[in-house]
Formats: sequence, structure tokens, C-alpha cells
Amino acid sequence: METTSIEIQHLYKTYSSQNSQVKALRDVSLSIPEHEIFGVIGLSGAGKSTLVRCMNLLERPDSGKVILGGQDLLALNKKQLRLCRQKIGMIFQHFNLLEQLNVLANVCFPLEIRGIPARRRKEKAMDLLQKVGLADKAKAYPSQLSGGQKQRVAIARVLANDPGILLCDEATSALDPETTKTILDLLKTIHNTMGITIVIITHEMAVVRDICTKVAVLDDGAVQECGNVAEVFHAPKSKAARRLLLMGDKEE
Amino acid sequence: MWNETMIRMLLNGLCDTFYMTLVSTFFGYVIGLPLGIALTLTDSGGIMPNKGVYRILDVFINITRSIPFLILLILVMPLTKMIAGKTYGSTATIVPLTLAAAPLIGRMVESSLKEVGHGVIEAALSMGAKTETIVFKVLISEARTSLLVGATIVLGTVLGYSAMAGVIGGGGLGDIAIRFGYYRYETGVMLVTLLLIVAAVQLMQGAGMLAAKILDHRKQA
Repeated sequence: METTSIEIQHLYKTYSSQNSQVKALRDVSLSIPEHEIFGVIGLSGAGKSTLVRCMNLLERPDSGKVILGGQDLLALNKKQLRLCRQKIGMIFQHFNLLEQLNVLANVCFPLEIRGIPARRRKEKAMDLLQKVGLADKAKAYPSQLSGGQKQRVAIARVLANDPGILLCDEATSALDPETTKTILDLLKTIHNTMGITIVIITHEMAVVRDICTKVAVLDDGAVQECGNVAEVFHAPKSKAARRLLLMGDKEE
Repeated sequence: MWNETMIRMLLNGLCDTFYMTLVSTFFGYVIGLPLGIALTLTDSGGIMPNKGVYRILDVFINITRSIPFLILLILVMPLTKMIAGKTYGSTATIVPLTLAAAPLIGRMVESSLKEVGHGVIEAALSMGAKTETIVFKVLISEARTSLLVGATIVLGTVLGYSAMAGVIGGGGLGDIAIRFGYYRYETGVMLVTLLLIVAAVQLMQGAGMLAAKILDHRKQA
């Protein structure tokens, strides 16, 4: 079964430390249909990262439901969850490549986890490096690459398992505007050719405007508004959306 | 006094010292590596947080680490006799040396593995990696440089401990230094053994650091 749609229902998550409680998510519900490029925008501390980590259960919500392609993730046992995660790709702000392995070995890593034989791993990894335009860097180490190149490697790595969903956690936030553009173009190409559902977590208006079809505005752990990008950007209903728009304008 | 017998004795002592140091460090890792991995995984920020297990291991290591080696040496004599058949000589000394090295190694491994960034572990988890894959392919592989530097420090420490065992006839260079330098006032012999010990530590230090450097891919080549 392909897990490509995402259904989030009444998600709550609170972080408690000794003398304070932070409500990271307060009754968040979202419905992301198949093949969508869905943006979640908010300022830092709005709960975006927690929300995206609930989509593959890197964080477990206190209550609520996470349903991917009809499958309730919270009902899975450890092994089932592991197998399910192999179909949910995730890329990160700081790329999170294995620094001691070369580019090729990094892309092979998820295939190794799945137990694919070494030769087929390499073939597939080279193929993916070709796709992201880094075939000539296969033997290089991450420390020898630029930020944009590292994110390309991370994208090749995440595609190795043919995911139905791609979660992007501030994937362009450590990159300059030019490089951001090329990474977003790459994501668009991937979306067009593979038809996967993409969730983009960002604090940058420009990213949402460039690539997303729908957007949810998150503030203080709750969804303030949700709709088509054009509508939300032209006639923002919530205070949080207006504030983000104003900040985005200032940056541009 | 610098006849063939003396030189042979010193060379034998050097060999015994290497033998004790390397074998004890090896067995130390057999115990200490799993210990360090367990500490890393069960700590509150680890991937299998378990307060109870962490606390027990933590206290156990702290207690064993606080026993001075000379006292441990005497304390475990019955055990040494059980395992090695006697309490003197280099093979017997391996028993207390291993016991002293293991908790130290556990701590060294723990601190090395904790240097691995949480992001990389998160990435591996998001790919559906098993715990053992994360331990061997992410934690140990990524921390290799730090682990090797740690091993180098451990070797130096164990070598120092092995010399201490000379007090109870533990064999090796320390034994020679005490017998000749302390009991017979042969300062010359003592100084030579000292030089050999310094050279041995230098050698291991140099080799360890070189290996760590060669295996590190984080810096631009």
C-alpha cells in the first residue's frame, strides 16, 4: 500500500521540564491529500518541527491521531513503524549526512538498512546521484561539499527508498537564496516525475510562495489558518499570517 | 653490569609490558565497549532512555573507578588466583588490569559516542534503522576518531597501571624498575627502564593519533 496522504487529527504535545511546561502542539488537525506540496509556515517556536516529527513519530504526540495513507501510525508496533518509516523520507536543515562516509556510501545507507545487496545499492545510488547532478562527487566526503551540494546528497539519499511522502524540515533555511531556489527546483522536478507528497516546514514566505499549493499557518502550537497559498497570501484572515506576510515583504 | 643477561631482561620486560598492556586493553574493551554503548543508549537523551539501567551502570562505574589501582590489585587477588592460577607475573596481572581498564573504557566510549550529533541519529531513525544499525553504522562509525583517541589514552593509562603492578611482582618494566632501582639501588637500571616506558608510551600515542587522523574524513583532505 502506498502511504501518500497525511491525516492529522487533534494532535497535542506538551514538553515538561522541572518547572515549566511548553505546549508545542494544541489540537492540530490537518488533511494533506496525495501528491500535494503542502507548506507549514510559522515563526520559530510555533511548533512546526514538532508537528513534522509527529508525522513519522520521531516525536510521539500526547494524544491525537497520525494517519498516513489510511494507516494509523500510533497503532503500529516497533518493527511495523520501522518499515513504514522507510517510505516516509525526511530531509533536514543541517542535512545530517554521515560525515565519515563518502557521498556514495551516504546514498547507499538507507538501502543498506533495507538489506538490499551491495551491487544493487551502488547502481541505484549512482542513478540517484545522476538525478541530483552530483555523480562526479560520488567519492567525495560531505566536508568537501557546499551546503547546497550536501542537501542534494540528502535528497538523493532520501529518494533511495522510493518514499511516498517527503518531509522537509527547514530544508533550505541554512542556504542562501540562490541555492534555495535550485533546491526548490529540484524538489519540484522530483514532485513532477515521482508524484510524491511533499510537506515543507519553513519560516520563509518566499519558499511557500515558490513551491507550495496549500499552506497552513502555525502559531503558538495551533493552526491559525489553512488554505490555498494564493488565498492565504492575498487575504490573510489570521493575525499570525499577516505578521508573517509583513516580515516576508521586509526581507524582499 | 650491562651484560647480555641484563639487556635480555630489559627486552623481556619491555615485551611483558606490551603484552600486559595490549591484552588487558583488549579485554577491557570486551567489557567496556558494551558498557559505553549501554550508557549512551539508556541516557535521557539516548534512543532507548532508561533511567534505572543508566543509574545502575553509572554508579557501578563510579565506584569501580574510584578504587585506587594499587588497592584493586590486592583486593582482587583471590579472583586473580582463580583465573590465572597465581597472583604474580605478567599473565596474572592482566586480571586486575582488565578490571581497572573496563570502567575507564566504558566512560571513554560513552563520551565519544555522545559527541555524535543528534541530527544524524534522527536521520537514521527516520530511515527506519534498527538500534544495532544505529550503534554500529552511525554511532561507532561517526565517532571513530574520538574512539581511537580514547583508546590511545587508555593504552597509556593501562601501561602506567601495569608498571604499578611491579610492586607485587607483576612482571614487565615496572617490576624491573622496582626490583633493581628500589631494592638494589641500581639507579642506572631504573633510569633505563624509565626511558623504555616513556618510549613505549610515545610509540603507542603516536600510532594511535596517526590512525585517528588517517581514518577521519571530516576535515578537507
